[in-house]
Amino acid sequence: MMLMPLLEIKDLHVWFRVFKGFLKVLEGVNFVVWPGERVGLVGEMGCGKTTTMKAVMRILPMPPAIIPEGEILFKGKDILKMGRGELQEIRRKKISMIFQDPTAALNPVFKIGTQLRDTVRFARGSKRSITKGDIRTRTMQVLKEVSLPDPERILENYPIQLSGGMRQRICISMALISTNELLIADEPGTSLDVTIKDQIRRLLGGLVEKLGTSVILVSHALGAVRNMTVRVYVMYAGSMVEVAKTKALFANALHPYSQGLLAAIPRLAGGGVGEGIPGHIPEYINPPTGCRFHPRCKHTMPICRNKKPPFFKVEEGHQVACFLFQNRE
Amino acid sequence: MTIERFKKYFVTRQGIVKAVDGISFSVKEGEIFGLVGESGSGKSTVAYTVVGMYRPTEGKIIYRGKDIGQESKKRPKKLKKDIQIVFQDPGTSLNPRRTIRQILELPLKVHNFSKNGRKRVERVEKLLEMVQLPVGYMYKYPTMIGGGEKQIVGIARALATDPSFVILDEPTSALDVSVQAKIINMLIQFQKKFKLSYLFITHDLSLMRNVASRIAIMYLGKICEIAPASEFFENPLHPYTQMLLSSIPVISEEEETLKPKKVMSKGEIPSPVNVPPGCSFHLRCSKKMDICFREDPAMREVSKEHTVRCHLYTKQVS
Amino acid sequence: MAFSIPESVWGQKVENKMQKNFSSRKKLSRTWEYIRRKWYKFSRNPLSIVGLALICTIIFSAIFASYISPHPESAGKFVNFSEASQSPSLAYLCGTDRFGRDVLTRIFFGYRYSLGMAVIVISIMAPVGIILGLIAGYYKNSWIDTVIMRITDIFIAIPPLILALAICSVLTPSIFNAMLAISVAWWPWYTRMVYEVTSSLKGEFFVQAAQVTGANTTHILFREILPNCMAPVLTKMSLDVGWVILIGATLSFVGLGAQPPIPDLGSMVADASSYLPDLWWEAVFPAFAIMLVVLAFNLFGDGIDDMLGEEKGG
Repeated sequence: MMLMPLLEIKDLHVWFRVFKGFLKVLEGVNFVVWPGERVGLVGEMGCGKTTTMKAVMRILPMPPAIIPEGEILFKGKDILKMGRGELQEIRRKKISMIFQDPTAALNPVFKIGTQLRDTVRFARGSKRSITKGDIRTRTMQVLKEVSLPDPERILENYPIQLSGGMRQRICISMALISTNELLIADEPGTSLDVTIKDQIRRLLGGLVEKLGTSVILVSHALGAVRNMTVRVYVMYAGSMVEVAKTKALFANALHPYSQGLLAAIPRLAGGGVGEGIPGHIPEYINPPTGCRFHPRCKHTMPICRNKKPPFFKVEEGHQVACFLFQNRE
Repeated sequence: MTIERFKKYFVTRQGIVKAVDGISFSVKEGEIFGLVGESGSGKSTVAYTVVGMYRPTEGKIIYRGKDIGQESKKRPKKLKKDIQIVFQDPGTSLNPRRTIRQILELPLKVHNFSKNGRKRVERVEKLLEMVQLPVGYMYKYPTMIGGGEKQIVGIARALATDPSFVILDEPTSALDVSVQAKIINMLIQFQKKFKLSYLFITHDLSLMRNVASRIAIMYLGKICEIAPASEFFENPLHPYTQMLLSSIPVISEEEETLKPKKVMSKGEIPSPVNVPPGCSFHLRCSKKMDICFREDPAMREVSKEHTVRCHLYTKQVS
Repeated sequence: MAFSIPESVWGQKVENKMQKNFSSRKKLSRTWEYIRRKWYKFSRNPLSIVGLALICTIIFSAIFASYISPHPESAGKFVNFSEASQSPSLAYLCGTDRFGRDVLTRIFFGYRYSLGMAVIVISIMAPVGIILGLIAGYYKNSWIDTVIMRITDIFIAIPPLILALAICSVLTPSIFNAMLAISVAWWPWYTRMVYEVTSSLKGEFFVQAAQVTGANTTHILFREILPNCMAPVLTKMSLDVGWVILIGATLSFVGLGAQPPIPDLGSMVADASSYLPDLWWEAVFPAFAIMLVVLAFNLFGDGIDDMLGEEKGG
């Protein structure tokens, strides 16, 4: 079949105009998702992952944000160059996004039923008319799929009457209403409790397997992506630093940042909390030259200050953007 | 500090919210006591009452021998100096319209640290050095610095008055792992250096394992289990503890084996307005018995310092 | 910043002095940076700059009215019937009124009264309104709140113009009484605005933190909560200048405000209205002047709103 990646981000740069100049947030992001694949994107707050995802959906506020370079190819076509009509098609039928905070993502003054109905209608497009009965069936069906009890009652409720877990499930159902090819899940379950988070994760996993959608699971915690994804990207300060098959990354993280991240996670076995990574994320107004991680890295070499490291292949499916691995190629 | 049979009810339009419904525990001097629970468990309410934001509906809070169950307005100043709190959300716990210096100077001013303005500034500088923030941050506004640094300022603020007892309400929940590690290490250092006692509240069990010496777990306003840390993780007795432990995300295979056998978490946490009768956990419990529907169990000590509130264990003891 | 304290015979005194220099020097540059940052935000919208420019011009002409007016004597008791009712010409750029007074001069002097009145009214009613709002919001759901807010509600329910008219008609018409009347009609809006902000901020963590530490109520109200209210308040003040001038002009229009021969813009329009459309310049130019000052403050107010958003990034 097609061996073309579903989504490919090539050398994306995103800058924001502010008082003192430009915030050079994204600096050469490279990212690939294959059809039917579940990919994780891990990075701490401020590393640019949400900005990247927003750029894919093209919902970045364009006056302060500018994209000086880069392409986002969805099935070969550049999203950044698409016109309104094509973009609408993509948003309605091909790519959808689940946001971090389900409370903020649902409109508080409309009933759930109304919001779902609107989503169904837009998903079909304006060309094909759809009867009220059809809409109702579809919304009930979709609520059942996310294991929400008593769908009738929920349709009549307002978001504020439901719990956080339920709201997140509704957001998931809204995202899955149209046959989607790509689902971007931005830290689903961050604002929820641990047990509910677990349930949501299992739900998402089950649904995605059934439908064969590709998923980009964005998170700031490595633990969250471990069970759900087959490949993981680690992001730092605006570019990808490592990509590997999930098992490989957890067993053998190579980039100093990934190692630091893994070391900082508190262990269930006790033994104290890790060291953390000295320093802090750089200011994007005046980012470090060369590799953006070099001020915090234990293994800095002169070349790290001058050139930004590209991806070096270490083994099949495992690439690191670090000059320590330059020779292994 | 001891809490005895403490209850806090809130009267709302939907009914009486039993945020905390009869809990008792004590924190020894110089120890880190952990309080774990999900949302609606009441752990934040406990924190806020101890520090004086709420007044207990029933029950006593005894600190160093004295009953302190009053609102902060009525408390003696010396007490306010001694018990401090670090809030969960760094974004809202610092006034966005005040500079860091003003924020840190406030406790000094209130407690008459020095009439001399410059001495206060020196103290602020020392505080910033102690928490490893650049001194120049004094003149910045909270919106200009990152979440982790805001939280560090919150900690500096709590420590400014030289307290003995600090309540930490989910201090790192809003932060990344690497920042969390830094802050937790700092907190542990300070605890040793200044001989502080902590009431450490979080929902992250992996973190708790490495921080607290004794842990209590709360569900819907009641304590389910109290145990020393290692005991808590190696031998969890309450079904809720087991459920929580089995759903934490871990990152290596060895850790998986440390978790109790996978207890599928079912259902949602009921609203504190509609507490189920009998044992409040019975709706989600995999091991429920008849008695659980009718009667709420009492806390029983199962082994040294390990107490549980569950009908499974009421028969064994006695 | 590395900075060495000299070991010196003068000892502590020198250290003090250099410390003070250090911090004040830094403070100067910090203040400058603050101003530049605020200016950047303000200047994003070109219309705000237009507003600012207009205001500067108006204030300038008000202050230096005596120097820049072509015929300064026109501002007071002066009649010159030989030059009465002349249409705009080079000598009299806006023409003359029925008494032979230069309209342009009277406009400049009229700005003095208008702006002066606005400043006085706002500086009385704003603090009163703000303080009441702070107290009512902080003690929300207690009797203090009820008393203050219900009184506020009563005043808000009556349209300000009508209230001002009512008050003025009871008192002897004068510019002073007009100001009084407007103040009474206007303070409730500030109270309500500040009340909203205060009651929502009351539960925020930083206020709780201050309470927990033991700060007294005065500090909490004025140092913690008030700075957070200032943005909408200052914007409103700026927009209100326009409103106050308009209402003052209306009062004068019906004869309840400034009395002749005070060159108040409103009375100028009033007096001349019966002569429209023939002697149009007597009414149109003062009316235009009123519009200009209201517009200027409105545009400026928008800029203030942009400027006072929270500081982000560093």
